[in-house]
Amino acid sequence: MTETVERPTNRAASPSPTAPPVTMAAALNHALADALREDDSVLVFGEDVGALGGVFRVTDGLASTFGDHRVLDTPLAEAGIVGTAIGMAMNGLRPVVEMQFDAFAYPAFEQITSHLAKLRNRTKGQIELPIVIRIPYGGGIGGVEHHCDSSEVYYAHTPGLRVVTPATPSDAYSLLRQAIRCPDPVVFLEPKRRYWSKEAAELDPNGASLDRAVVRRAGTDVTLIGYGGTLATCLETADAAEDEGYSVEVVDLRSLAPFDDATVAASVRRTGRAVVVHEASGFCGYGAEVAARLTEQCFHYLHAPIRRVTGFDIPYPPPGLEQHHLPTLDRILDAIDTLQWRESGRSARAGA
Amino acid sequence: MCPVTVSTQATRPQTLARQLLPTNTPVSLIDPDGHRVEGTDLPMPADEVLLELHRRIVLGRRFDTQAIALTKQGRLAVYPSARGQEAGEIGAVLALRPQDWLFPTYRDSMAIVSRGVDPVEVLTLLRGAWHCGYDPHEHNVAPQCTPLATNSLHAVGLAHAAAFKGEDTVALAMIGDGATSEGDTHEALNFAAVWKSPVVFFVQNNGYAISVPIAKQSAAPSLAHKGIGYGIPSMFIDGNDPAAVYSAVAEAVRAASEGLGPTLIEALTYRIEAHTNADDATRYRKRAEVESWLARDPLTRLRRYLLDRGLLHEEDIADLDAEGEQQAADLRTRMNLDVTPDPDDLFRYVYAEPTPALRSQQQELAREIAAAEGDA
Repeated sequence: MTETVERPTNRAASPSPTAPPVTMAAALNHALADALREDDSVLVFGEDVGALGGVFRVTDGLASTFGDHRVLDTPLAEAGIVGTAIGMAMNGLRPVVEMQFDAFAYPAFEQITSHLAKLRNRTKGQIELPIVIRIPYGGGIGGVEHHCDSSEVYYAHTPGLRVVTPATPSDAYSLLRQAIRCPDPVVFLEPKRRYWSKEAAELDPNGASLDRAVVRRAGTDVTLIGYGGTLATCLETADAAEDEGYSVEVVDLRSLAPFDDATVAASVRRTGRAVVVHEASGFCGYGAEVAARLTEQCFHYLHAPIRRVTGFDIPYPPPGLEQHHLPTLDRILDAIDTLQWRESGRSARAGA
Repeated sequence: MCPVTVSTQATRPQTLARQLLPTNTPVSLIDPDGHRVEGTDLPMPADEVLLELHRRIVLGRRFDTQAIALTKQGRLAVYPSARGQEAGEIGAVLALRPQDWLFPTYRDSMAIVSRGVDPVEVLTLLRGAWHCGYDPHEHNVAPQCTPLATNSLHAVGLAHAAAFKGEDTVALAMIGDGATSEGDTHEALNFAAVWKSPVVFFVQNNGYAISVPIAKQSAAPSLAHKGIGYGIPSMFIDGNDPAAVYSAVAEAVRAASEGLGPTLIEALTYRIEAHTNADDATRYRKRAEVESWLARDPLTRLRRYLLDRGLLHEEDIADLDAEGEQQAADLRTRMNLDVTPDPDDLFRYVYAEPTPALRSQQQELAREIAAAEGDA
């Protein structure tokens, strides 16, 4: 394998000796504040984003700093929030709107799929909608029903939308800054259970490009592909697998739409094996698309079928049972174990 | 049909009291026989406004008739006619100022043409060449909206942005009776009221949502009564009276422009044609009902009023008809030219920059088309 590897950029990014640890929620808050400060056309609005600072405190302090004409509480109506954002963007503003929880974004689905995603195409580029829809998504926080959906595929399946999801605090900052600058509408999925994860890193408004996947950990035997809430699980699994003799590469997709074929396929061609990990149900899930694309692009490099480790094909469980649903380190390790190591001659691979 | 600058201010004697509740019966200024209706609060538009309304209604109706004919000739995939609704289509548009925005639906081609958009560009959607054929920013006309009621929220957002930027722009959302049952209408009314956005919600109640009559759509005394629940001043007007429509919308635009917030207007009218050329209206309504509404024709009453007052003469009508014929002939000629949409356009505008995957699909389709042409 002689391909150039985009070398890691790992989970601790490049920790600055001076940078204090920051949570993902705080990094997102910084991103919104910096965007509001730099661009007068940026507006932040949604339910409870004003005085309360959002139910996850991502907009904490923004209304008092920038005024309630820039950071505003709306009536409780998600189609209204996205629909009015569309009109505002038609008139030159850059709205960043918050859907309070994944499942509470569904009332906005028609505005998102029929208008937000299509108005550029409908008007041959004469209407541009630089809108960011922030959606806290996924489980792992003990949330009751309707608070833990992984809704990424609904959006990723819709042409015209960009769908991104950060996995680390520094990337949350960088991706959100880029999303707000992006001329396309961006569905920005925030993994709830990583809101309080901390990282000591400089916050970079640029960073890896909005549409690129990033290799977070280099390895030679198998590629673990995760995003959002499952990336940390993949990295922990990679460390554990090391003890069992597997050298695991971990790719953080970051951009679910468009999909970064080049980066992901290059990794899988290097390792010859791949496991895709996500919380959402497997059936018609994002992993199905990843596996299909990689099979088409890497078939002759593969030593084993691409595996998926996903949530079950069930409605999201109640808090008392969610630990059985979410992909775990053990479940991913088990999947790695099944990748036909003996059949392909593991030792030969190691020397290749 | 270019927009003509007509004063909307001249005949307005005083600020009308803005009532949350509409009148119980629709307000008219000119009755179906062409007589002035006395005792209403709405001011009668100036003579030159009435003449311009008459002119545009003649031309708008001729456009509509021509579009129906083009459908029969296979030049349009489908056409939802606004025949009978000319007062609403034209009256509302004439009351808008150049800086205002129109948010039309699929039935409002006539309104868009009256706003000054090239009719061939307007019909791009319905001839199947693209989803929208005009530049929305050129005449401040949003793309025709097909999913019902969703445009009302866009109007609120655009108007709110204008207020945010300190610009004097009013947005008018055209919706129908069916759309008032959709959630987005109610969210739009509520957002606009809370934000005091400069918006006019203009509901043309034409009696039917395809086949479903208004009685099965709403139990409210009128659709304008829905405004009070949101704290929005509302008007219930005769939607077949061009003078009443113009006057009501002009009042609402003025109020919005003065910072008084949104207005809900229900214009009671009737869809003379079927829902579209693909619909069969005889399955759900009787001919007698249609006849009764033909007797309340918006053009007939306005013309009678103008002729009686000596503002219009038979030779003017002949001239106007000739102008309409000329425009229809021009439209026919241009619509009879075949258009060949560019398949590359399918991939060009999905994102600001096509993704690598879209570029590859574009090339794939180009190869497929080239191969098919090679075979032919």
